[in-house]
Amino acid sequence: MVAVAGVDLVIDEGEFFTLLGPSGSGKTTLLRMIAGFERPDAGRIELGGRDVTSLPPHLRNTNTVFQDYALFPHMSVADNIGYGLRIKGVPSTERRRRVERALQMVRLTGLGQRRPNQLSGGQRQRVALARAAINEPEVLLLDEPLGALDLKLRQEMQIELKQIQKEVGITFIYVTHDQEEALTMSDRVAVMSNGLIEQIGTPVDVYERPATEFVAGFIGISNVLVRDGVRFVVRPEKIRMLADSEVPEPGAHVEPGTVEEVVYVGMSTRYVVRLDRGEQLVAVRQNMDAAGDAQRFQGRPVRLAWTADHTYVLD
Amino acid sequence: MWARMALRAWAVLVLLFLFVPILLILFYAFNTSNVQSWPIPGLTTRWFTATWNDSSVRSSLGLSVQAGLAATALALVLGSCAAFAIHRTAFFGRDAVSLLFVLPLALPGIITGIALNAFFSFNGISLSLWTIIVGHATFCMVVVYNNVLARLRRTQGSLIEAAMDLGANGFQVFRDVTLPLISTAVVAGAMLAFALSFDEVIVTTFTAGAETTLPVWIFGQIRHGILLPEVNVVVSFVILVTIIPVVIAARLTGGGGTARVPAAR
Repeated sequence: MVAVAGVDLVIDEGEFFTLLGPSGSGKTTLLRMIAGFERPDAGRIELGGRDVTSLPPHLRNTNTVFQDYALFPHMSVADNIGYGLRIKGVPSTERRRRVERALQMVRLTGLGQRRPNQLSGGQRQRVALARAAINEPEVLLLDEPLGALDLKLRQEMQIELKQIQKEVGITFIYVTHDQEEALTMSDRVAVMSNGLIEQIGTPVDVYERPATEFVAGFIGISNVLVRDGVRFVVRPEKIRMLADSEVPEPGAHVEPGTVEEVVYVGMSTRYVVRLDRGEQLVAVRQNMDAAGDAQRFQGRPVRLAWTADHTYVLD
Repeated sequence: MWARMALRAWAVLVLLFLFVPILLILFYAFNTSNVQSWPIPGLTTRWFTATWNDSSVRSSLGLSVQAGLAATALALVLGSCAAFAIHRTAFFGRDAVSLLFVLPLALPGIITGIALNAFFSFNGISLSLWTIIVGHATFCMVVVYNNVLARLRRTQGSLIEAAMDLGANGFQVFRDVTLPLISTAVVAGAMLAFALSFDEVIVTTFTAGAETTLPVWIFGQIRHGILLPEVNVVVSFVILVTIIPVVIAARLTGGGGTARVPAAR
């Protein structure tokens, strides 16, 4: 069994780089190889130009934020955060000062004497981050660090993480299966599937110009169509749904269909449309008008319009 | 409602059944008469002084404590090492080996006793304190092993990785993370091991030489029926000595500890 194969990846200094993929895609294995917990059967891992492939974790200048945080339950928050410095032999006065600064960075000032089990999930997450970042590693590895938090907290932490990353200027390698998380935080994203990298690019690249059908399907809702022997993707928000006598913009491609389903999702409404040619497409419209208005499209014939520059051809 | 009351009454009855005989012995230790009959004619502490001055009690108590401490020490080293080995490595037949480690506790004491006795005499080893220690260590090791292994299995594996990740080498990981996390389980295991060794009769009978341990002494006195009041005093003392470590062990392992106390042999 090969968990990761043929990965050729160069991550720049100071970059927020995300490995995105479904579970079993090999993203965590790749992260664990960089941390040194697993050794590749073949290939090399270099850190700042130095070959670290055979170096054990404690000799690598990387630090990890674990999915389950892995805070030492028998140590206080401050001792947890200061552990890396203690091992390095940093004198206690300087250590205290740096721990204090780290607590401040993750907005936990005053909680240093608590035990991990006296903290909430979000606070523990921040302790884990502070414990890793305080060592100022060359690379900070984050293994689905927000996975255990609820949606609201997760969104707050996404912004906070990004800010902290800019502040400390450390290279972040972030593992997640959440496409929204990947798009909002990353400088670049590598989309992985079955141990292979499907595409590497900026969030805009992988969303607007997916290289493969897998990427198109994994990131956002994608409408894959074949016209004149060409396979291409149109994103739902790029499709204009025309009712009654509305006129498409010039040069747009127009196809008739019937609305099968209307899904109200708060900010927008999702329309599932069956084209007369047989395919099913999803179109999204912002809820600018009265929200109840959307339901009137249910079961009605409509026309869908998109322009060529909003489609992306798949190989 | 009635079912609840009945259940409570039943629970009380069971507890009485378990503990009234023990309380009775504590009472008899203060009995003025050396005949055990109810009600007792009066209370006295004279049996305590008599027991204290009895040299056979003293020497057998000394032997029990020595054997208990030595067997516990041996069990601590072997049991912890075995638990670490089984937890850390994966190899073919690991479950079978694990079962072999636990078997001495499940094996009837009479079998362990006879087997050890045969082994010692076959190799020309004369029975002494050391043979008792080895005999006790066979089952004391199991409680240490079980406790430590259970704790290792409950410990997040990522904690060790986190320590390595933060720069700790093998020794530092053990000192700062592994040992503190398993320490209470080790102590609990040691206390249970001592309690087990302290009241062991069967294996001791087969592995002891001329000297006897306290439980074996008690056994002999009951058979002869001469020093019954002293036996009551000694038994009261043994109850305290065995209960205290078991209670502490239960506390240390977080309440559930008693569930792992194997049935007394």
